[in-house]
Amino acid sequence: MFNVERWKEIFQSIQKNKLRTALSGFTVSLGILIFIILFGLGEGLKNSYSDLFLNEANNVIFIYPGKTTKPYGGFKTNRQIELKNEDVDAIMDEFQESIEYLNPSLFVSEPIKYKLESYQFDINAVAPSNQQIEKHVLMKGRYINQKDIIEKNKVTTIGRLVARDIFKGEDPLGKFINLGSRAFKVVGVFQDTSGDTEENKLIIPYTTRQQILKGTDIIGTLAITFDQNIGGSGAVKLSNNVKSLLKKRKSIDPSDPSGIRVRNVADEIDRSLQFANALQIIITFVGIGTLIAGIIGISNIMVFIVKERTKELGIRKALGAEPNEIIKMILSESIFITTLSGFFGMILGIVVLNSLDSGALQDYFITRAGVDFGIAFFATIILIVFGVVAGYVPAKRAASIKPIVALRDE
Amino acid sequence: MIEIKNLHKSYEIGSSSLHVLKGIDFSVEDGELVAIMGSSGSGKSTLLNILGMLDTSDNGTYDLDKIRIANMNEKKAANYRNKFLGFVFQSFNLINYKNALENVALPLYYQGISRKDRQKTALNYLDKVGLKDWAEHLPSELSGGQKQRVAIARALASNPKVLLADEPTGALDSKTSMEVMALIQKINNEGKTILVVTHEHDIAKMCKRVVHLRDGVIVEDKKIKQNIIKNV
Repeated sequence: MFNVERWKEIFQSIQKNKLRTALSGFTVSLGILIFIILFGLGEGLKNSYSDLFLNEANNVIFIYPGKTTKPYGGFKTNRQIELKNEDVDAIMDEFQESIEYLNPSLFVSEPIKYKLESYQFDINAVAPSNQQIEKHVLMKGRYINQKDIIEKNKVTTIGRLVARDIFKGEDPLGKFINLGSRAFKVVGVFQDTSGDTEENKLIIPYTTRQQILKGTDIIGTLAITFDQNIGGSGAVKLSNNVKSLLKKRKSIDPSDPSGIRVRNVADEIDRSLQFANALQIIITFVGIGTLIAGIIGISNIMVFIVKERTKELGIRKALGAEPNEIIKMILSESIFITTLSGFFGMILGIVVLNSLDSGALQDYFITRAGVDFGIAFFATIILIVFGVVAGYVPAKRAASIKPIVALRDE
Repeated sequence: MIEIKNLHKSYEIGSSSLHVLKGIDFSVEDGELVAIMGSSGSGKSTLLNILGMLDTSDNGTYDLDKIRIANMNEKKAANYRNKFLGFVFQSFNLINYKNALENVALPLYYQGISRKDRQKTALNYLDKVGLKDWAEHLPSELSGGQKQRVAIARALASNPKVLLADEPTGALDSKTSMEVMALIQKINNEGKTILVVTHEHDIAKMCKRVVHLRDGVIVEDKKIKQNIIKNV
């Protein structure tokens, strides 16, 4: 296959016909360049989506009490609904099989003091399952536990940034922080990969908080994590069932959109993933379209090149070129040009993608724009292969034209 | 050298068919210089193309140097053309992006001869047609006569048995025509068999034998006293 003399002949043809070479090379380079840039940007768009929805447990249903907007069962409209411990127990009893954790929580607003200094942090009064739901990772000590809930202990597990700001390198375990007028013992420190917000929180048992609020049994919001095995539709069903159970218990009009609000994270993620998938499909189509446009471009140029060379090919045949020799010559030339310019376009595309200002792209919701090398390589090979196929058809035809016909071509 | 019997050729033009060669019997000895004459449409170019294996016949036999030329595939025909036949065309048919030397060397490339030997042989033949100093020039930088001399050098390069020239002077003025014909006579005197298709009587008279074609048949075939060109 490799023949030095033929390659010398081909290089001469490539060098002496610069316009032709440039034209076909440009088409191939451009095709692969556009493919890689579009595909890379599309990937960036997709990355932004997945980044947004991967930092929370995704099998969570949040329940927020609100105000009713319809009168029902003897109650007036605009009634503030309150969730209570007994509601939590009722939900647990009713949906035991599907529920993994329940996390009642109250938002606490109390001044935080340590050694006469005041600090400003969020305080969450929750159940131990908060750790799993928020994906808190313990650094030292322990998380609040079931024993704390039952005994209503004044203990707190604090975020990494809280520990840093309050204790400034001191070991926080065993120290007491004042929340309002009561002292809470620090039992642990946690971190959270999702960012600073969670690490700026103090976690205390919700029952302790209820006791402080003069023995109330009201809770603020309720988070429920469910067994992943029930699937997306099971989760939707569960959240609807929980909602109607609570509406019944609280005498809320079943058609009242307010009163009890439910947010199903799985549902949101599902929708986002659907969007991401649609995006992926669009990107793939755009990519395939670009490749096809490139292939058509090469095909046109190959037809044009062979047409332009018909007479030359006739002369070569008259001088003794075998049909195979003609085909090999045209194909080798096209393989050489498409391979060289294909990889040039590929490398250029990757370089352009990498040099794009990631900060500026972030404004357009594009994160880590980039293309998998395998895909880039594969697309380039596809383009080259089709370039060869596209070249073969007219080359074969040219080779089979009678020399006398080819010679007459002007 | 060439022996053809009862050669027929017709072309399909739409639904009708045009009978161009209607039974040609014709033979050429070694070392002859034959002019094939006739008005346009007489079939003289078709005859030459069939002799040159650029076209195929419908009927009849063709033997070239005692080898039967029939039912050849393109590959074999290409090899035969390369080894046995040299072509000179009216429009020169040089490859425009190759210089004179490379054009002359091209038939040798298809014989698989190395680049160095090709160039040496090609330069020899360019010298023979008096264009050694023009070896590096592109066809576009040569005059018509020079182009045709390059084409003749190319036709000779593979040392063929027969040289076929289709109106070799058709695109040249009379003075250059003389130069080209003088070259053809010189090559013939060195022993090469040459067939020249022409419609000019002056050119035909410079050959040793004239064959007249009219409406696809040979109407006259006679040896003549050659008009030898001197001092061009």
